[in-house]
Amino acid sequence: MKKTPLHDLHVSLNARMVDFGGWDMPINYGSQIDEHHFIRKDAGMFDVSHMTIVDLKGDKVKEFLQKLLANDVARLKDSGKALYSCMLNEDGGVIDDLITYYINDTFYRTVVNASTREKDLAWINKQAEVFGVDVIERNDYAMIAVQGPNARAKAHKALGDDAEEKLNDMAPFYIRDYGDLSVARTGYTGEDGYEIMLPEKDASALWSRLLEAEVKPCGLGARDTLRLEAGMNLYGNDMDETISPLEAGLGWTVAWEPAERDFIGRKAITKQKEQGVKNKLVGLVLEGKGVIRDHQKVFVDGLEAGEVTSGSFSPTLSKAIAFARVAKDTGDKCKVEMRGKQLDAIVVKPPFVRNGKSCL
Amino acid sequence: MSVNIPTELRYTKSHEWIRREENGTLTIGITDHAQHLLGDLVFVETPEVEDTFSAGDDCAVIESVKAASDVYCPIDGEVIEGNEVLADAPETINHDAFGDGWIFKLKPEDEGAFDELMDSDEYAELIAED
Repeated sequence: MKKTPLHDLHVSLNARMVDFGGWDMPINYGSQIDEHHFIRKDAGMFDVSHMTIVDLKGDKVKEFLQKLLANDVARLKDSGKALYSCMLNEDGGVIDDLITYYINDTFYRTVVNASTREKDLAWINKQAEVFGVDVIERNDYAMIAVQGPNARAKAHKALGDDAEEKLNDMAPFYIRDYGDLSVARTGYTGEDGYEIMLPEKDASALWSRLLEAEVKPCGLGARDTLRLEAGMNLYGNDMDETISPLEAGLGWTVAWEPAERDFIGRKAITKQKEQGVKNKLVGLVLEGKGVIRDHQKVFVDGLEAGEVTSGSFSPTLSKAIAFARVAKDTGDKCKVEMRGKQLDAIVVKPPFVRNGKSCL
Repeated sequence: MSVNIPTELRYTKSHEWIRREENGTLTIGITDHAQHLLGDLVFVETPEVEDTFSAGDDCAVIESVKAASDVYCPIDGEVIEGNEVLADAPETINHDAFGDGWIFKLKPEDEGAFDELMDSDEYAELIAED
């Protein structure tokens, strides 16, 4: 199995390690729920070095990304600004969701999922050829996400004496260099914080300094419940190559204007939009006790209306919550089938939690 | 991982522990090894008092952040009490699997059946194979 540069540190912290798409990663360091609460209330960190950083360079890199992505990088006017987008196939299915940072007119950086690394790189390389864009995988980088209301203040302490001065005025959804590091004010938890990309050799030292600054190590278990509460999709669960962004709650990430921008998948999703989208992704909150799980069936008026795509227990709300893909006309109530019973759930618009507070 | 397996208890292959009380009733829970595998528990459904079960019947449900699992009745008998603390504090099992985290109490049909169950050495061997 593949290991990140922080692997030995996780083991020394008694992390429970699991196979995560071929990577030996920490699922928790004791209690996933404690870790979840810590990030909502204070500051925690994740090793996300398994994610893939890809630098894209060339004179036509902007035109290339306007073709490759369903969102439009022309929206990025200021250096360092980030954009969330889907990368579609010709049928309008989602190959991956990713974040693209605009560095300058000949250089964008993108971060894609670990589980989709091979196919993403193959696809990006294939499309890049005609644009003469260099696709540079940054395997020399590690990545640490520091998240929570106190995350930035604690990260500044760990990063260096002038970190606060150099980074504090950076707005959300931007990236900025700090020495050899790239610091992005992004994340996957619904809290403020940073995602820090840094040379592999420096990762252990920064992790240790973050520990000294009382940033709690958190595993991928907490990362999943945090993102679910925050209403953020997980690739492979909530969308895949057979699902369009319009059926995955990601219609807002598709830039339809300008109409002449011919991004890959545009024809297919335009047709889908004209013919009417059959399903939608919604949030569910279970009214009684129990936990909603992936792939459980959803019923409305006794008829099957869809399926849970991501289900879990929300530590912040102390209730089971989920995303489900259901028929477009589903109203505000449904039932979820679990263990042979159908239990009442209400249908809501995610997110469930933002900045530590319930949205229900 | 340190493994805690009290020697006075009996065990099942499905990771329940069983303690014989002085009055002959049995107290049943899941082992520390099992709670560790499940992760943080968030919901426990204990069996109803007066329900009767045969050995091997599923009689309680425990759900963790990761998965739901059944608890199996180790011996034929009648439920005489469920642990009410677990309704509001399922994490008690994570903190004290062999003590306050007990799940239910059973009046066994045959008191001798307890002695047929696995002892701590056999259980230690079983989980070493996992």
